[in-house]
Amino acid sequence: MRSPRALAVGVLAAGMMSHQPHAQSFGRTPSASEIAGWDIDVRPDGAGLPAGGGTVAQGRAVYDENCAACHGPEGRDGIRDRLAGGQGTLASGQPIKTVGSYWPYATTLFDYIRRAMPYQAPASLSADETYAVSAYILYLNGILPAEGGLDRASLPRVRMPNRDGFLPEREFTAGWTAAR
Amino acid sequence: MSSAPPLGRRRLLAASATAGLTTSPAGADTLANVPAREPGAPLSARSERSRFVELGRVPEAAPGIRPVDPVDAINSKTPFDRLVGSITPTDLHYERSHAGVPDLDPAKHRLLVHGLAARSLVLTMDDIRAMPSVSRVAFLECTGNGWENWKAADPTLTVQNTHGLVSTHEWTGVPLRFVIDLVGGVPSATWMLAEGADGAAVARSIPLTEEIMAEGILAYAQNGEPLRPAHGFPLRLFLPGLEGNLSIKWLRRLKFGDQPFMTRWETARYTQLQADGRARQFQLRQEVNSVITAPSGMMRVRPGPVRISGLAWSGHGRIVQVEVSTDGGASWQAARLTAPALPKAQVRFEMDWVWAGAPTGIVSRATDEMRNVQPDRAAFIARTGTNALFHYSAQQTWRISAEGDVRNALS
Repeated sequence: MRSPRALAVGVLAAGMMSHQPHAQSFGRTPSASEIAGWDIDVRPDGAGLPAGGGTVAQGRAVYDENCAACHGPEGRDGIRDRLAGGQGTLASGQPIKTVGSYWPYATTLFDYIRRAMPYQAPASLSADETYAVSAYILYLNGILPAEGGLDRASLPRVRMPNRDGFLPEREFTAGWTAAR
Repeated sequence: MSSAPPLGRRRLLAASATAGLTTSPAGADTLANVPAREPGAPLSARSERSRFVELGRVPEAAPGIRPVDPVDAINSKTPFDRLVGSITPTDLHYERSHAGVPDLDPAKHRLLVHGLAARSLVLTMDDIRAMPSVSRVAFLECTGNGWENWKAADPTLTVQNTHGLVSTHEWTGVPLRFVIDLVGGVPSATWMLAEGADGAAVARSIPLTEEIMAEGILAYAQNGEPLRPAHGFPLRLFLPGLEGNLSIKWLRRLKFGDQPFMTRWETARYTQLQADGRARQFQLRQEVNSVITAPSGMMRVRPGPVRISGLAWSGHGRIVQVEVSTDGGASWQAARLTAPALPKAQVRFEMDWVWAGAPTGIVSRATDEMRNVQPDRAAFIARTGTNALFHYSAQQTWRISAEGDVRNALS
């Protein structure tokens, strides 16, 4: 037989359980402009790319000003990651992974520069500057000509040399690889 | 005044203890040498380690580039040569970051949840801490753990250098599933971008598998206290058993989508080159692994009884067996687990051995509940080549010389 106290505890527990949290209990709905300010990712199909554009020539100036100190004058021989060259080395004993030899998508270059570079002042480059410096790094790798440039339409169409060099792990990508 | 300890008596005791030391034969142990008791230091707001205990991580810049000034380091390794048990002390959990450790005010921190979901939400830390919580003891392992030994074995390395990028804590937070339900479910989403509030805005595409949906945690605490800044304060993703880079620290955005976003970390960084020049991508699980932590690299053993001790873990689930070889892998004996093995958590093992004084190699191999057995070096390299850089999980051999010097070796 239940004591009054046990009954009271039971009622209390039932009361707590009936308080089911729902969406209105937590957080608020962001405005469209709030989301736009934080929604910085760029997908391989170009989704997320902003308006604007830039040329290889403009990108050289952006690079010399913001990137060369760490990555070297031509994307080589810097104190941080090498950006250019290395094509044909991936199956050797000393593979050289660079944007040109290894990266499968040009969109990743734009995404990474926009979110992470320059190291000391991330997100400080404009969209035009980011397009331009991306174009220059592709030029250093022989992927764009000296008179080339990039914008929202052309960037996703750049075919990277190592585009087919990756083997997605079936366990985690089965649905995605089947859809391609 | 009269209750104060008489200084003269204290000095007398100290003097007689010193005298005892000088009159004892060298090396003889006597209780007379144990210092006399005395009142201790005042209590404090926080417990510090004994002045006789030295523990610290090793900051490192790249394989073979260590120790470095912390400002140049990209990771900092756990001192397994000096730890016991299975849980890592909070301040010694390994650390890895890509743009330093941000100083985030939890009152100003926000999590934006949006994309292919019924609704978008902005959550505060108060919101998140008010949600139902779950706690789980699990390991976290940097994708690069073991990267020192891909091509050669530097004989000067300790186990801290070779295996110090894995740790085990209790993590507390909100189930990922709860937040997904909050935004009305994500029936058309198959991937989730998780992004940090660090300088690099480190971001990874997370495949929304059943396992990840069931086990993912938005963690705000480690070992019972708020996350430390180095480990993601005030909020991080925690995905048990998967490569550490996925467990995004300083979490500020979750975006649902129907394809991977192909960030730099899942294309240019954490992909594993094979011998043929192609790379494995989204190789997310941390494989079954183990290492002997004592005796280990740069230690010295003497002939006679030696207790072998180490740690085993697997991203597939529980460790069910650890075997140890004291003849370089020719024969194996079962080791004893010193605590109950938890799924996707490190567990300590021990085995007693008598070293006769001849040169040999000691090795451990772990088996998990999915019957994955940790491969030896030759079998592992035959499968992966030596260029992968990440996801090294071959058996670790420590060579013991005739003099008893323990050294890192490939096999």
